Amino acid sequence: MDHYVNHYVVVAIFLVLGILLPVVALTVGRWLRPHKPTDPKRSTYESGNEPVGEGQVKFNIRYYLFALMFVIFDVETVFLYPWAVAYNKLGLFVLVEMFIFAGMLLVGLLYAWKKRVLKWN
Amino acid sequence: MGAWLDEPLSWGNALVLFLWAAVFLLIVLGFVTYAIYYERKVIGWMQLRVGPNRVGPLGLLQTVADIFKLLIKEDTIPRKADRLLFILAPALAFIPSFAVLAVIPYSEKLYFADLNVGLLYYAALSGITTLAIVLGGWASNNKYALLGGMRSAAQMISYEVPLVISIVGVILLSGSLNLKDIVTAQDGGWFWHWNLFPQIIGFVVFFIAAVSELNRTPFDLPEAESELIAGYHVEYSGFRFAFFMLAEYVYVYAIAALTTVLFLGGWHAPAPFLDFVPGIIWFLLKFAFVVFSLFWIRATFPRVRIDQLMSLGWKVLLPVAIANVFLTALWLELFVK
Repeated sequence: MDHYVNHYVVVAIFLVLGILLPVVALTVGRWLRPHKPTDPKRSTYESGNEPVGEGQVKFNIRYYLFALMFVIFDVETVFLYPWAVAYNKLGLFVLVEMFIFAGMLLVGLLYAWKKRVLKWN
Repeated sequence: MGAWLDEPLSWGNALVLFLWAAVFLLIVLGFVTYAIYYERKVIGWMQLRVGPNRVGPLGLLQTVADIFKLLIKEDTIPRKADRLLFILAPALAFIPSFAVLAVIPYSEKLYFADLNVGLLYYAALSGITTLAIVLGGWASNNKYALLGGMRSAAQMISYEVPLVISIVGVILLSGSLNLKDIVTAQDGGWFWHWNLFPQIIGFVVFFIAAVSELNRTPFDLPEAESELIAGYHVEYSGFRFAFFMLAEYVYVYAIAALTTVLFLGGWHAPAPFLDFVPGIIWFLLKFAFVVFSLFWIRATFPRVRIDQLMSLGWKVLLPVAIANVFLTALWLELFVK
């Protein structure tokens, strides 16, 4: 692990290759594929019928409360990861502390459960 | 690979690393080509069919022909679509799927990037693909695509958390986020030293959540053919569609490799007397088994409903994953320290 910057160079190379492949493949594809757009071809697909109204309609996203809980538990994982890495160097006290922290979140989950937030209605 | 990484960085070295990564990209593309063929064959056999057998010997060139067809197919972008986002989405789906592969170690010597935050890097980047799916669904300006994209977001917020928490048990046991160290920590000679057995609960949660993150059956709601035609990629054709598919199969590679590293002991042999077989062979065997399991699951399970999906994630997997973390921590506290 001496030349530690090398490993991040590799990550950067992977990212560059990941960007290059779609760019190259789609450019090559442009030379090979036909391009004859007609109006029916460019209309929105709706099982063969004329599309009704807009596609980007506003509709009720039923899971926005799930999304709030996702944010809460995702933040929990942010605390769990460093705790888990350093666990062998920490004492019993930190385990109890993490237990209380996760316990509070689980009480929240239980509350949401009882409030029927987790029910898809 | 390891030797190149230990030398000081220079333009020459960077070029060599680049070439290695390019070769690896070709290997991954080859894997995807034959994973698709193999998946169709396996599912065919499980359904008492033959599977592809016309193009080339045993149908081996079927996927090659499919890719070529996609390459020369006309690319239509709907009039009402948001052009920029529509073009961006397939590329954005693919980039993180390939970038996560940088941190996977294949054997003691064969790895690309040995990051201390390897696991975190994987978890962080793999989430971006969902964003691309939502983006593609929205940019298509199509009702099916929008529903598919929204389902994908719902699925991600329900399964990302159990997935990430189920790995915490593994981190507790090895005390590191570095994937190489995680494999090294599973070295004990016998297969029961692998994380699979001490972390069996974590493994089950991880595997279910991983299948869901891959958007594969039984959790393929974003593209549910029988309900949403093709979901988020219904408006995509030609190579843009191919990039969504490519991203899905590169993730199959990634998750199979990650499962091998985290739970199946990476390159370690199952028993001490089998040590003479090179580590990479063991890695590939375990990897192939996980890939096969994913195809097997696809052939056997029906698709779940979205409400079942959400309640499984929140009411079962999340509490079980958190319980697993504390069981592991308690076990370490009482018996190991």
